[in-house]
Parts: sequence; C-alpha cells; structure tokens
Amino acid sequence: MKDSMIRGADIVVRSLIAENAEIIFGYPGGAIMPVYDALHDYHDQLRHVLTRHEQGAIHAAQGYARVSGKVGVCIATSGPGATNLITGLADAQIDSTPLVCITGQVASHLLGTDAFQETDVVGISMPATKWNIQVRRVEDIAPAIAKGFYIAKSGRPGPVLIDITKDAQTNFGEFNYSKCLGFRSYRTHIPVEKSAIQEAAFLINMAKRPYLLFGQGVVLGEAEEELKAFLDKSGIPAASTLLGSGALSEDHPNYVGKLGMHGNYAPNLLTNQCDVLIAVGMRFDDRVTGDLKRYAKQAKVIHLELDPAEINKIVKCEVAVLGSCKDSLSLLADAVNVNAYPDWMAKFQELADQENATVIQPDLKPTKAGLTMGEVIHQINQYKADDAILVTDVGQHQMIAWRYFNYKKPRTQVTSGGLGTMGFALPAALGAQMYDFSRQVVCVVGDGGIQMTIQELGTIMQTKAPVKIVLLNNNFLGMVRQWQQMFFDKRYSFTELDNPDFVKIAEAYNIQAQKVTERGDLQEAIEDMLIHDGPYFLEVVVEKEDNVFPMIATGCSVEEVRLS
Amino acid sequence: MKRYTIFVITENFIGILNRITIIFTRRGINIDALTASESRLEGIHRITIEVTASEDTVIQLVNQIEKIIDVIKAFYHEDESVVYQEIALYKIPVSRLDGGLEKIIRQHNAKIIAAEPDFVVLELTGHKEQTQELLEILKGYGLLEFARSGRVAVAKRMLTIDSFVK
Ligand SMILES: Cc1ncc(C[n+]2csc(CCOP(=O)(O)OP(=O)(O)O)c2C)c(N)n1
Ligand SMILES: [Mg+2]
Repeated sequence: MKDSMIRGADIVVRSLIAENAEIIFGYPGGAIMPVYDALHDYHDQLRHVLTRHEQGAIHAAQGYARVSGKVGVCIATSGPGATNLITGLADAQIDSTPLVCITGQVASHLLGTDAFQETDVVGISMPATKWNIQVRRVEDIAPAIAKGFYIAKSGRPGPVLIDITKDAQTNFGEFNYSKCLGFRSYRTHIPVEKSAIQEAAFLINMAKRPYLLFGQGVVLGEAEEELKAFLDKSGIPAASTLLGSGALSEDHPNYVGKLGMHGNYAPNLLTNQCDVLIAVGMRFDDRVTGDLKRYAKQAKVIHLELDPAEINKIVKCEVAVLGSCKDSLSLLADAVNVNAYPDWMAKFQELADQENATVIQPDLKPTKAGLTMGEVIHQINQYKADDAILVTDVGQHQMIAWRYFNYKKPRTQVTSGGLGTMGFALPAALGAQMYDFSRQVVCVVGDGGIQMTIQELGTIMQTKAPVKIVLLNNNFLGMVRQWQQMFFDKRYSFTELDNPDFVKIAEAYNIQAQKVTERGDLQEAIEDMLIHDGPYFLEVVVEKEDNVFPMIATGCSVEEVRLS
Repeated sequence: MKRYTIFVITENFIGILNRITIIFTRRGINIDALTASESRLEGIHRITIEVTASEDTVIQLVNQIEKIIDVIKAFYHEDESVVYQEIALYKIPVSRLDGGLEKIIRQHNAKIIAAEPDFVVLELTGHKEQTQELLEILKGYGLLEFARSGRVAVAKRMLTIDSFVK
C-alpha cells in the first residue's frame, strides 16, 4: 500500500473541505462511524454540529443553505438515521434547496440481505432527491461528492443523497480531488433567446395593466438587483409569493404585497384584472392560483423560468422566457419602455386600504383583550435589524408572521413553503444562525410545531446559537382549527392541546426564557429578547381562536379572496 | 387519449429506470410497454416507452423525464411518426397442429421457431393489432403460453443520437 493512500472516511471529509463546506449537521451511528472518526482529525477545518435528531440535522442544513446560498451538508447513519432524513429531503426538493446528504450504509457484501440497519435508502429517497447514488468502492467516493455538490447547487438547486457503504469508508484509496464542472446529460445554463425577450417586451409595452409576480427563483438566481432595476424602469406593480419574500424590499414603490391563500387582498384579487401577467421564478403553486379554471384567464402570461418542466405545467403561457431570471430580467429591462401606471396602481392602493381597515389594523393594533399574533410581529418589526432573518414553522403563525414581517433584504425568509413541514422552524433557525452568529435570527413557531422538534433546544444549548425563539401559543393546532371552524361546523376534532410549561422546558435547556400574557408586557419583552446576548425563548400567549385573513378558500378563485 | 411512444436517451446509470417509472406511477399513468437496450453509442442506453394518454400529459411526462440528471434527451412521437415492431411468441400443443393451423401460420407470416415433442413455438413480428389477431385465433387451438415484447422503435425523423450527446 502506498503512503499516499488514505481511508475512504478521510476522503469523505477531505472532499467536503475541498468543496468549501464549513459546517455540517449530523448524527452518528454504526454505518457512518468511520466518517465520524475521520471528523475527529479535521475538526479545525470542518465544524460538525450534533443535532438531537436526524430530521433536525437536515432542517438545520436547509436553514443554513437558505440564508447562505451555499450547499447545506448533513450526515447520518444507515437505516433509521437515513429514513429520518426523508422529510427534510422532500422539503428541500419541493423548495429547491441545495443539500448534500451523506448516509452510511452496511458493508457492500451485506447489501440486499436485510442486514442490521440496512434500508434501501437510495430507493426510498429517489422521489425526494434531485439526484442520489450509492457508493460501494473507495475510489468512487470523491467523484460522487464532487458530482453531488455540482448537481445540488447548479441549475435549479435541490437535495442530493450519497449513500456510502461501510467498507468503502474503511478501505484505502488515493485522494486527488477534482471539482465537477459539468457533464453531458445535465444542462445547467440555458441562454436566453432574443426572440422571446422581444415578444415579451412587445406584450409589456402594449399593456395597460401589466402585473409581475415573483418567486424564489429570483433569490436562487441572485437576480434581486435585476428585478429591482426592471421594476424601477417599467413601473409595473409586483407581488411576492411566500418564498419570494425578501427578493424585493417591501419599501419599494412598486411592491403591492403578497400572493396566495393568506396573501394580501389586492394582489390576489387583481390577478384577474391585469392584462399581462409576468411570472418570474415562480411555479404557480395551487396555494397561489386557487381555482385554476378561473385564474388570470383574461391575461397574456409571460413566464420567466429556468426549469423547462415548469413551462406550461400549470398555467399556459403566451411567451416562455427560458433561462436564469438574472439574465432574462436584465435583457427585458433593456427592451421595455419607461412607464408608470398610476390608475392601475391606485386600484391596488384602494383595495389595500380596505384590507388595512378590516384586517390589518385589528391585527396589529387590537382593541380586544387577547393578544394577537399580528401585534407580536409588529413589535418585532420595531426592534429588528434590517437584515434580521425570519424563520417560521407551519400554521397560522407562519402566515401571520409572513404577512406582517417587514422584509428588506434577500435571504431573510426561511420557511417550509411547498411541503409545509411542521417542526421545520426550530432546527432551520439553528442552521441559519450557525451561518452567522452576528445576524438576528428570529424563529416564530407554534405550540404544535415546536413540539415536533423541540429536542433541538439541546443543540441550541450546546452550540450557544443566539436564536430568538418566539412561541405563539394559542393552545391549538390553530390552522387546522380555523378550517374546522370555517368548513367543518366548528367540530374541533383533536386540535386542542394540553401543553407543557414551555418556559420551564427552555430553562431546563439553560435558555433564558420569558412568558408574556399581557399586552402591556409585550414590547419590553421583545426588546429584551432582541438585545439579549445568546439564545432566548419568548412564549406569547395569544388569542385561542383568532383566524387568519384574507383567505382564498379551497376551490375558490383568486377574486373570491375574503376579508373575513 | 392517444398512443404515444416516448424515447429516452440516457446514461447507463443504476436506478435510472426506477427514476423514470416513478414519474408515471406518481401521476397514476400506466406504462403500456417498455423496452430498454443499448444504443449505437457505448455507455448510452435507449428506453422506449409506450403510453396511452393525452398529448398534454405526454409533454409533462417528457419534461419530467428530461429533468432527470442522467437522462440525456427525452422526446415523444405519435404512432404515425415512428417505425416500430413487437415480437410475440405462442406455444401450441403438437396435438393441435393440423392443416387448418398450418394455413393460419402461413396467412399471418408466422414462423415455427421451435418444435418439441409436446409443443411448438410460433413467432410473429409486427404491430400489436397483428399479434393480437393471431392470439385470438390461437386461443381456439389450445394456446399454452403467450408472450409479447414491448415496442422497439425508431423515429422517422432524420435526427441521430449523436446530435444529443455532446
Ligand atoms: C408534519 C405536519 N403534520 C401536520 C401538518 C398539518 N398542519 C398544518 S398547520 C397545523 C397546525 C399547526 O399548529 P401550531 O404549530 O400550533 O401553529 P398554529 O397554526 O396554531 O399557529 C397542522 C397540524 C403539517 N403541516 N405538518
Ligand atoms: Mg398553535
């Protein structure tokens, strides 16, 4: 054996370092132990965070990836370790989050024998990954990792899983790493067609009531500047999807609000009044479109999109502009006229005023006794930094936090959009914070969701990640309860929770904690929390049976968005 | 609903067939037939999938297939624009071989490709309608076993694999 030979496990770690991974999230076990052994030698070059559950590890990697724009990395053992990653993979797949997940696997001679902790992870994870592979030979480790990072980050990003047998980890091989720069079956760069830009510009220049919808594609394509420049010049009103929030400062004059089931009144309703609809890096999720048969039928649709499979998938478009929206938006900005649409803009304003009077003011400045979720977010806005990151879980608090948080910077929004994974927020906030301890990371979470991954308080304790956890406690699986109230005759079937003393739990983890039940204490508590040096847990007891509005009920059209 | 042939040109990567078929199962679409083989170029495989669906659906399927990392190219054709064949084998007991059957074999251009003491095996190559027609007839002759391949097909269009593999 040559001196230059190293163990497969060392190759794994050195490959990660070669890909500039700085931090990985994981949980050890038998089949991945050689890699953990190797990590011991490289801990000054590659930081490992031990979460309390593999689901926590992958959500943390997602949070890290979403705020950093880098590939999130997590590792787990075979069998149960690997299956615990599946929810996170599905979440990352549907929300296009770049991840490389490495799982240990039983030794190759045991494959297919139902060996201890053997699971067909490649098979199970196939529909939930952009790409996956099983590596059985030491010499294939580095190329697989190189290819994995390339695939995860390029094109439309997504999760990759690399399953490495134990013998590949313990055998010796040469290490000479070469990054993957592309391969023939995978096209990442699609040059924008001039003719498509011309057709799109023609429609836009003729339009009386053009309207732009932007999604996470703008963030993933790093096209925030190009979006702003396009809007500055064209004067077109623009609305955001859930994951698009942050791509454009909400202070921008063309910004008219949010789309979707619990988005704003005007942006939803006026979708059916525009004459040209420009969709940028968004995929017409059913939570955005409502009833498709009555969605923007009057409009000519222009779709700026990187993924060819998204074109005409849900909404048929007049002009498809394939390619990165960074390229297409800047070409389109050159081709459109300087314009303004004062009458059209005024319509948005008029409806916004209605929403403000009937929904927003009562949410933010309530006159009733009970605290609202909205006023909590409103107070956070008063004290947060411009680049504060908001991580939310799933439910009413998610929609309220999204509606009222004042997004100003890119990559400040971390939430589980496409999958709606309860339990996402706490570990994702930890991951987001691990990227940068100096940033404010506010984790808004419900009393239901926090209990799905509450064990990650232990990871926050151990890493001292200064996450600010805001638990909006309504003692209910609130979002489900709202549906029960509205659509199931108020039959509250298994949605009320008997909750533990959350503050005691946080304190047991050595995390400073406070509980607010009175309006008078809220402001100071939020101030205390945001200036606190270290993790903080703030429980706010809110009104039990508040509902989130506006709302487009299932099966309804965007123009049937209700204010109450 | 119409019959379409989907062609997939792909790297020979373990699991690729799985990745392709879950695209169909996820949408509850039945694959009528599927064949996989090597292509003219080393390391590159071609998969031919026959499916009955609307054109809109087929376009979605093809887009999703092409999105698979190791797929080089996917496209689809209507029956009219492909040249295709299927092969069918029929196992008949020797006791039923008589003049009538001989005539049928001749009429359908089938071949006897194996003769055993107890049975003979007939082969017919053609379109499904043809092999199906013979099947219906042979059911009356004590047919013991029947097997039909998926479609092997080439497109009529003058495009070669090489143009996708760059
Ligand atoms: C893992 C998972 N299970 C179930 C659901 C369905 N679901 C969506 S919202 C919700 C209630 C969430 O309750 P809570 O965390 O208290 O938030 P709230 O709506 O009360 O703010 C449920 C059960 C889900 N999204 N994810
Ligand atoms: Mg709740």
